[in-house]
Amino acid sequence: MQSLTNRSRVVSKKTMNFWERIYLPAIFGGMWITIKHFFKKKATLRYPEETREFSKVYRGLHVLKRDENGAERCTACGLCAVACPAEAITMVAAERKKDEKGLYREEKYAAIYEINMLRCIFCGLCEEACPKEAIFLTDRITPSNFERENFIYGKDKLVEKIDQRIDVSGRQKHITEKK
Amino acid sequence: MSQSLEKIAKESISGELTTLNLGPTHPATHGIFQNILKMDGEKIHSAEQTIGYIHRAFEKLAERRPFNQITPITDRLNYCSSPINNMGWHMTMEKLLRIELPKRVEYMRVIIMELARIADHLVCNAVIGVDTGALTGFTYMFQEREHIYDMFEEVCGARLTTNIGRIGGFERDFNPIFHQKLKKFLKEFPARFQEFADLLERNRIFMDRTNKCGPISAQRALDYGFTGPNLRAAGVDYDVRVMNPYSSYQDFDFTIPVGTNGDTYDRFMVRQQEILESLKIIEQACNNLPEGDYKADVPEFYLPPKDKVYHNMEALIYHFKIVMGETKVPVGEVYHCVEGGNGELGYYLISDGGRTPYRLHFRRPCFIYYQAYPEMIKGSLLSDAILTMSSMNVIAGELDA
Repeated sequence: MQSLTNRSRVVSKKTMNFWERIYLPAIFGGMWITIKHFFKKKATLRYPEETREFSKVYRGLHVLKRDENGAERCTACGLCAVACPAEAITMVAAERKKDEKGLYREEKYAAIYEINMLRCIFCGLCEEACPKEAIFLTDRITPSNFERENFIYGKDKLVEKIDQRIDVSGRQKHITEKK
Repeated sequence: MSQSLEKIAKESISGELTTLNLGPTHPATHGIFQNILKMDGEKIHSAEQTIGYIHRAFEKLAERRPFNQITPITDRLNYCSSPINNMGWHMTMEKLLRIELPKRVEYMRVIIMELARIADHLVCNAVIGVDTGALTGFTYMFQEREHIYDMFEEVCGARLTTNIGRIGGFERDFNPIFHQKLKKFLKEFPARFQEFADLLERNRIFMDRTNKCGPISAQRALDYGFTGPNLRAAGVDYDVRVMNPYSSYQDFDFTIPVGTNGDTYDRFMVRQQEILESLKIIEQACNNLPEGDYKADVPEFYLPPKDKVYHNMEALIYHFKIVMGETKVPVGEVYHCVEGGNGELGYYLISDGGRTPYRLHFRRPCFIYYQAYPEMIKGSLLSDAILTMSSMNVIAGELDA
């Protein structure tokens, strides 16, 4: 075959020299390498007891954020559902009543907001699409379960608790870039 | 029974051929492949391959998805090196939209793509080791692959199905932790990799096992349309990065490793050397990483930062238009190919100006390799067939799309 470029280099040599032909050096060399690895640091973690550190931008379980006053940020615009390539998000919008001002930030809110975690591929496009910074992916893992219906996460599981805020500042680009 | 079959039956030991189903869920084939083998004792008399066990209709799906939602689909082609697939797709879109990228973005892409190539080749070569009976090297190399995945996690937030980068650049700049991890990797990886090479490369047991196993001649490989390491192992120095440079590959100095007769040992050695070449490219890209922005200035296609969306009318409009896929794209037809983990990965896109592709075809190298598989294993032993399959690096996700 004529060469296409002048940058090629033949890399496989199929003839063996004397030392390679008498098995033994390769066997002892291999054993030496494996024995050395006995004394190295373990590469594995004992998972439920130990956990690894996720990166700040890890794309795990979603959270629906509240604003600084504790009102839900989501205004049920539906952009996340449109942006979802797996079609995992559904929502039903409702109008805010007068006495609910402390609960919802905007006049329209999501009465039902569901993510099907079996459909979700954790691509993060919903978070990018959200114009209200309401939905974020976090460094938590979706727990396993035995029943299918338990994977449809409603607002009870997605909205953050007022007293247990979830830090997402690592994923908020305009905040991390200003630092 | 036809005459030729009768003749074979006479020649075979027991006087008859056995039909053997290798797969679809065979523990020795990595992925869901079925091969119906006609066995003459331990020898393979003929083989027929089936495809489609994990066909997910990606090309049809893509016709119903806005352009930015196709990136997660490409993740799932060759999932051992999804960043290359992602970026190949971004580059295809940029070619259609005629977007000029800053040098920095191209260099960043090169770093990520070469890391992905290393991860891909590590898996393949480690698995060749496993199939020849050397599990130890596999466990060492998977530790290194984890380090690469840690780096991907710092950039995009995921490890395997990365969805990394956007049309027109990256979603965020490399952070200091990434640079630190990359530096550590470049320092520590060569020694660890040398260990793996010492275990296998000149080991007589491994060489006897892989030499002359599943060979293919350069001519036959070209006839089938082989690309990537499998073609280079047959001795043809075809590499998309050199022949048709994209993403500033012309700036880097690297050689193309080639083999001699396209057998398993050649494929193994070519991948081994390509890992070292990739390291060289990453080092060059790291040292010459230009200053600048991590994205091109294309407000019509790249999402504006969130704080601008609240205070700037134009940004708000663009935000909604991009998410809903309402931006105008030119009518046209483009083909763009990148050197994927195991060959030329091409995207053939026809746009009729709508919000989704009119047609998107993936040129998937695995699909092409798999066609040659029966020819390559004919007359060899069953155990050689397993080895040939793993050394071709056929990945079911890419094969079936």
